[in-house]
Amino acid sequence: MFQFLLRRLFGLVLVLLGISFLVFAISKVTPGDPVKMMLGNRATPNDIARLRLQLHLDDPLLVQYTKYMWGVLHGDLGRSYRGQTPVLQEILLRVPASIELGTAAFLFALLVGLPAGLIAARNHNGLLDGLVMLFAQVAISVPEFWLAIVIVIVFGVQLGWIPITGGVGLKSLIAPAFCLGIGPAAVLARLTRSSVLEVLQEDYVRTARAKGLRNVLINYRHIMRNALIPVVTFLGLLFAGLIGGAVFIEAVFARPGLGRFAILAINARDMPQVQGIVMFGAALYVLMNLLVDILYSVIDPRIRIT
Amino acid sequence: MDNLLEVRDLTVQFHTTEGIVHAVNHISLSIEKGEKLGIVGESGSGKTVSMLSILRLLPLPPGEIISGEVLFSGNDLLKLSEEEIRKVRGARVAMIFQDPMTSLNPVLPVGLQIKEALKTHLNFDEKQARTRVVELLNLVGIPSSSDRLNDYPHQFSGGMRQRVMIAMALSCSPELLIADEPTTALDVTIQAQIIDLVKRLTEKLGMTVIWITHDLGVVARLAQRVLVMYAGKIVEQARVIELFHNPHHPYTIALLGSLPRLDETTAVKLVSIPGQPPDMLSLPQGCAFASRCTFVTQRCNKEFPELHGISPEHFVACWEQERTAGVWQRGR
Amino acid sequence: MPNITSNGSGQKTPSVISDLSGVAETGAYKGRSQWRLAWDRYRRNRLAIVGLLLLAAIIGLVACAPLLATYDPNAIDYNYVRKPPNSQHIFGTDNIGRDIYSRVLWGGRDSLRVGMLAVVISIIGGVALGLFSGYVGGFVDAVIQRFVDLTFAFPNILLLLSIVAILGPNLTTVLIAIGISGIPGYSRLMRGSVLQALNTEYVLSARLVGAKDVRIMFRHILPNVLTPIIIYGTLGLGGGIMITAGLSYLGLGAQPPAPEWGAMLNLGRTYMRSAPWMSIYPGLAVSLAVLAINLIGDGLRDAFDPKNR
Repeated sequence: MFQFLLRRLFGLVLVLLGISFLVFAISKVTPGDPVKMMLGNRATPNDIARLRLQLHLDDPLLVQYTKYMWGVLHGDLGRSYRGQTPVLQEILLRVPASIELGTAAFLFALLVGLPAGLIAARNHNGLLDGLVMLFAQVAISVPEFWLAIVIVIVFGVQLGWIPITGGVGLKSLIAPAFCLGIGPAAVLARLTRSSVLEVLQEDYVRTARAKGLRNVLINYRHIMRNALIPVVTFLGLLFAGLIGGAVFIEAVFARPGLGRFAILAINARDMPQVQGIVMFGAALYVLMNLLVDILYSVIDPRIRIT
Repeated sequence: MDNLLEVRDLTVQFHTTEGIVHAVNHISLSIEKGEKLGIVGESGSGKTVSMLSILRLLPLPPGEIISGEVLFSGNDLLKLSEEEIRKVRGARVAMIFQDPMTSLNPVLPVGLQIKEALKTHLNFDEKQARTRVVELLNLVGIPSSSDRLNDYPHQFSGGMRQRVMIAMALSCSPELLIADEPTTALDVTIQAQIIDLVKRLTEKLGMTVIWITHDLGVVARLAQRVLVMYAGKIVEQARVIELFHNPHHPYTIALLGSLPRLDETTAVKLVSIPGQPPDMLSLPQGCAFASRCTFVTQRCNKEFPELHGISPEHFVACWEQERTAGVWQRGR
Repeated sequence: MPNITSNGSGQKTPSVISDLSGVAETGAYKGRSQWRLAWDRYRRNRLAIVGLLLLAAIIGLVACAPLLATYDPNAIDYNYVRKPPNSQHIFGTDNIGRDIYSRVLWGGRDSLRVGMLAVVISIIGGVALGLFSGYVGGFVDAVIQRFVDLTFAFPNILLLLSIVAILGPNLTTVLIAIGISGIPGYSRLMRGSVLQALNTEYVLSARLVGAKDVRIMFRHILPNVLTPIIIYGTLGLGGGIMITAGLSYLGLGAQPPAPEWGAMLNLGRTYMRSAPWMSIYPGLAVSLAVLAINLIGDGLRDAFDPKNR
């Protein structure tokens, strides 16, 4: 087990290195002169030269990369073109909002999707199964940003039930969590359903029945325990994805999260910020992946040895 | 001796998108206490389906038991409630299956899977169950049994896994063991070990055994009496030695004929049965084997031959059994 | 033929070729080709047919935009600003008097075009890369695979945003970004298939006989991998349309005054209160298109995999 962890951590470091390299490459490839952006139009050639020296912009690329990585390891993700505030600080300011929304959406998806999938599986090929699956299909097909708009129009403008933009507290979380979570809930329902149905076909379920075990025991220990393995790994990845990927919802509901921050940065061509966000988001995602892998090896003994 | 199990006129169908599959057609059989019965047939002959029907393990939406009675010590298993048949499964009638890798739950330790039946049927507590499991593992020949309790199925070899399955099946000392091709998925050398193990154990415990296979060699090794099935029907039934020496049904003869023999000195071409296996969706009016039979007559295509006895213990379902009698012996 | 392992005298002989399993189970398949079979199964799936008809309708409507549109999609008319749906403008008008219905029809061309082209780019790129990587093997393959794995470590949206950040926000960029982001997926699929095929007996023997490698690739490898590619491609198309709309919605894709669905939603956001119809119809169009495609994708998956879910 320890060996497994060690190997995965090593892989993690490699991936992070690769990502940082990519991110660095992005910043060098982007058109536009960073120095001009920072200093504005009235900069003198002297100012420009001085800043270039300060930022090591004329050093060989490898040196620049090394300095960048050194900075990253010390928590310095650079400074924004506008306002010179440290990127990391600004990212950390937005993280709580993203976590809030991500967690709410995750819980919604879990509490709605999992039972729905189980119901559909139990009712295989019946009316309930068909309805749940159709609903799920629609939920997946509808773009979340449009759903958000429709909900805001119906519940906010027409009915006035929910606050339209911004807002803090639990009440303002309902609509965005729903919009963000309904798609994943649908995917979860489908996954759960197919996983359960697959397990039901397995020989070991037949063996369990042939042993004369009680239904409850068969359901939980043999069916659920196995069917939930792929579901759990999905949930882990889902959580990781929700934190960083709520871009559209944050835009509609004007929530101050990471996604919105990224869009603003891109629109302003503020490369250090974009770089920093991508680096942070990717690192977070990779870390979550690792956790999911570890979790997977815990619940599925077949994986443990490798 | 009383019949431990008596199956009367069992018919089972499957509803598929292509039509109705007539898997088992009006079969009847009986087995005495302590007897070892072999059921031989190719895939699709209905042997597995009929055994699963005995324990009502068939998936019932596609499957349907159309008619029949399954009398186990006098009680019709088909008429029992869910709870009652649950108590029979594992405790009085046990079943082992073909592929031990998929028949064991991959995420549960092997010891736990064996303990389950003990705790469910015999109300053993953890300590008693554990002791019994170690006993059982020793019985089936798994070394260092107490260490291997917490191992998972994938940590065992194929033959070992099947031994675990056997231990599981025998755990509550059932009266009847149904073995559905348990050696087919194993290496040839391991096959013999497993067959001998089962033979030894069931003899010692006085257990009744039904062994399903498509391999005549296995039957010869273990069974006292044999049923030959084709297209969902029993086509021949006899004591094992009688069957091998004096087969009457053309299908049985063909099966025996396709076995190579070690004592043949000249190179003999391997004989295979001509024609196609039966289409279970639409069985013919007459004998299902007619299209592949060398003794076929007009009558075979029109009328279905029922089983009739040619001697007290030898039954055949063939119109031409007078012609086929002795064919096998003459050919040797 | 029965499985033979020993004769009557109890000696062992090597196992000879065995039984007839699958065929005997359900009888002969009457010689129908795999494609015909799949089509028959697809036909019976009601939802899948609905999806096919719906998509056909959408494509038809959008393709005939020049004929069916009632107004020029860019025609500004300050007299009819923000009018709700009525007999003249069936979907209403937007903030500068443009007809929403016509804009939805014309905008569909952009959305569908980008979605389709992006998937094509992904498939071509992915297949080529996977084929190359799998066939060449060795160090080159390992390096390429590392890269592919790296892209999977990225959350997709970040990858897209990065590419857009570099190339600048417009519809073509979005097309390229979505296309590129799909390449790793197909390349893995293709590579897996190549590796699998390279191990099979008939490829080994074909090579021995001297068959040219390219020929082997086309005859043996491609047919097997065609099915999953079709299925993923279909689902990818739906995803592509949705992401295109999404990025345009964020202002990173189609730029005004393009009548692209996502861009229309972006514009409509400001007028949620006064002219909700500006947002409802374009979004509805996206939803229906993606729904149709997803239904088809599901239908295809069920048609090719006879596990009867």
